[in-house]
Amino acid sequence: MAAQASFIGQKNKKEQVYTDPWHMMNEAPRTPSFFTGSEVIKEAVRRASCDIMVAYPITPQSEAAALCGELFAEGYIGDYFRGESEFAVMSQCAGAAFGGARVFTTTAGPGTMRAMENFPMWAGARLPIQMIVTCRGINSPLSIQPDTLEISYLMQTGMLVWHAETAQDFYDWILKGYMVSEEPDVHLPLALCCDGFFVTHTKDMVDLTPVDMCLPPYDPYRSPVPCMDMECPPVRMMRDPFVMKSNYISYATHASWQQEVWAAVERSRKHTIRWMDGLIDTENTDADVIVVASGTAVSQSREAIAMLEEEGIHVGLVKVKTLRPWPGEEIREATKHAKHIIVPEFNVIGWLAREVSATISNNERIHAGPHVCGGMTMPPEIIAAEIKTVLGVKAPSLAGRGG
Amino acid sequence: MSKERIKIAEELFDIMPVEYQDLVKRATYGNGQRGWKDIGNAKELIEEHSLCAGCPESMAFRYILASLPNPEDTVMVGSTGCTSLVFPHVAVHNIHSLFGNQNAIASGLKRALTVRFPDRHKDVVVLAGDGATVDIGLDMTLQAWFRQEKFTTICFDNELYANTGGQESGLMQKGFVAKMAPVGKTFEKVRLPEIARESGCHYVVNCTVSKPNLIEKVIKNAVHVAREIGPTYLQLYTPCILEIGKNSMEGLQEMRDSEKPTERFAYKEYVSEPAKELLAELAAKEKERKAEAKKQLAGQSA
Repeated sequence: MAAQASFIGQKNKKEQVYTDPWHMMNEAPRTPSFFTGSEVIKEAVRRASCDIMVAYPITPQSEAAALCGELFAEGYIGDYFRGESEFAVMSQCAGAAFGGARVFTTTAGPGTMRAMENFPMWAGARLPIQMIVTCRGINSPLSIQPDTLEISYLMQTGMLVWHAETAQDFYDWILKGYMVSEEPDVHLPLALCCDGFFVTHTKDMVDLTPVDMCLPPYDPYRSPVPCMDMECPPVRMMRDPFVMKSNYISYATHASWQQEVWAAVERSRKHTIRWMDGLIDTENTDADVIVVASGTAVSQSREAIAMLEEEGIHVGLVKVKTLRPWPGEEIREATKHAKHIIVPEFNVIGWLAREVSATISNNERIHAGPHVCGGMTMPPEIIAAEIKTVLGVKAPSLAGRGG
Repeated sequence: MSKERIKIAEELFDIMPVEYQDLVKRATYGNGQRGWKDIGNAKELIEEHSLCAGCPESMAFRYILASLPNPEDTVMVGSTGCTSLVFPHVAVHNIHSLFGNQNAIASGLKRALTVRFPDRHKDVVVLAGDGATVDIGLDMTLQAWFRQEKFTTICFDNELYANTGGQESGLMQKGFVAKMAPVGKTFEKVRLPEIARESGCHYVVNCTVSKPNLIEKVIKNAVHVAREIGPTYLQLYTPCILEIGKNSMEGLQEMRDSEKPTERFAYKEYVSEPAKELLAELAAKEKERKAEAKKQLAGQSA
């Protein structure tokens, strides 16, 4: 059985060497390459030993999904096909994962929402599927522009949810993501989110691992639940299906399993910290003002912080990398000296500010905003203006910036 | 999975559940000749079910599980409904995930098993009710057929939503008064067998489950054709005696009444040309096997 074999050092049919993932990600030489975010997804998947990828067109992930098709044609993925809708695609991913495959898919915005019924099922069934979410507007009227509202729904599903800032994050986290979510004590799906277009359609320098190294294949027999391939004894799973019982045992079973799924999210913490060097990154946390942000809002905040630095205003930064598991303790620690906490976001409701508010004491320190949505960009000036307003420093009118 | 895999270490045999001991000693895994006649003689792959007394679906379930040609390498996919109350008792791996997505699950599953076990047959069989197959899941039912996914879809057609209490479904007859069809259903029973044929299924049968030998034959045909050629579809009438006002003992008669030549479950079959060739080949092999067995038997007695 695969469980007893080590693949490290062997070659796959594309002559890639199954490599110790820690060596591959942290020690092997890197090659700087100038790629779009979509191309970076392709390059990560090329090295991920995926068995199945299911694709569906929706802007802005269509290019990445199609590029993975090219990988299949070249022989890097076991099987690949276009599903008929995101709901179907996520079920097809589930079927493949139930059957013991390492599964990859991508979606965005309305597609995420259409498929939503699948996600708590994935988590409950302990399927370590990786789904790239290139966030876009989900509102009416129709929008294809960047907007991170969909992440707030994903955060309640029992999936791991990470929010990448850059294409480099994306590249590393796709590969590291499998290592975390396939741990036997985790074994949960991962929604790896980014802000659509900003990351997918812009070019960036990304340091790639060697193309002749790839992750060892997934071993489904390390799963905490049986793989549905008739390779282990099938026994009657229960005397009475819980769905038809209204009694204490039935409730207790459902309750304990939901608790176990969330406990598995918590158990992912130690693996995630090891692979990602912490759930947050921090800069200058001794400052009076600290920006807490995730995704592209982090990049914009860095610009704003540099602008303010020139004016003698010192501002710290917390980059939130994982939303599930939620880095509550880390954020509490990083913001404990802050008098003001600014939370800029690419969505209208401010879900990150709500999460932070529920996490720290003295949460009147939190200033939720600025918020942009529906595809608007977030110029560093509006973050700087927000900070100045909070500090009572006069800011010039943004309308007067000129064209 | 070979039958070896389910064997119990001798030292631990006595502490295993009695159902499992039974499974090892008397189940028909690996027996190429298994069929409905094993019911009552060999360990069945379904334990006591939790359906209504006399429910034809429970009969259908037993016939199907007795007839699977390769249960030791078969994974079943179910959907929400009365069938999902039975699957937890079934001794082949089976997946319940959501309502209506069974053919999407099966598509991913079959492809994963093909990637992982390229040199072996791993059969996938979907078994779902008519609401799951024809209403909420129709899109995924048809798309799996369009894509020529190599698995069998079985629809237990009881012409309504039984598990939720008897609401109108697409396979309900026109005029039938039900919940959510308070003045009678206003449109015809959806003609899914014809749609299945046009959608690319290679073997389609529409019948009742009144005759176990017939069910054995169509199940074996459907699984073999799906394994070698492409999608297959069986629509089996399993009346919900509760919702049509019948008693426990009346299910069989209801099916017999509905399979008369002029009725909606008169036996209908479609077999594509490649499927015909395959089935003829299999029939020839079976004939050869029987002749050989007869010869050996004659040799022994001589």
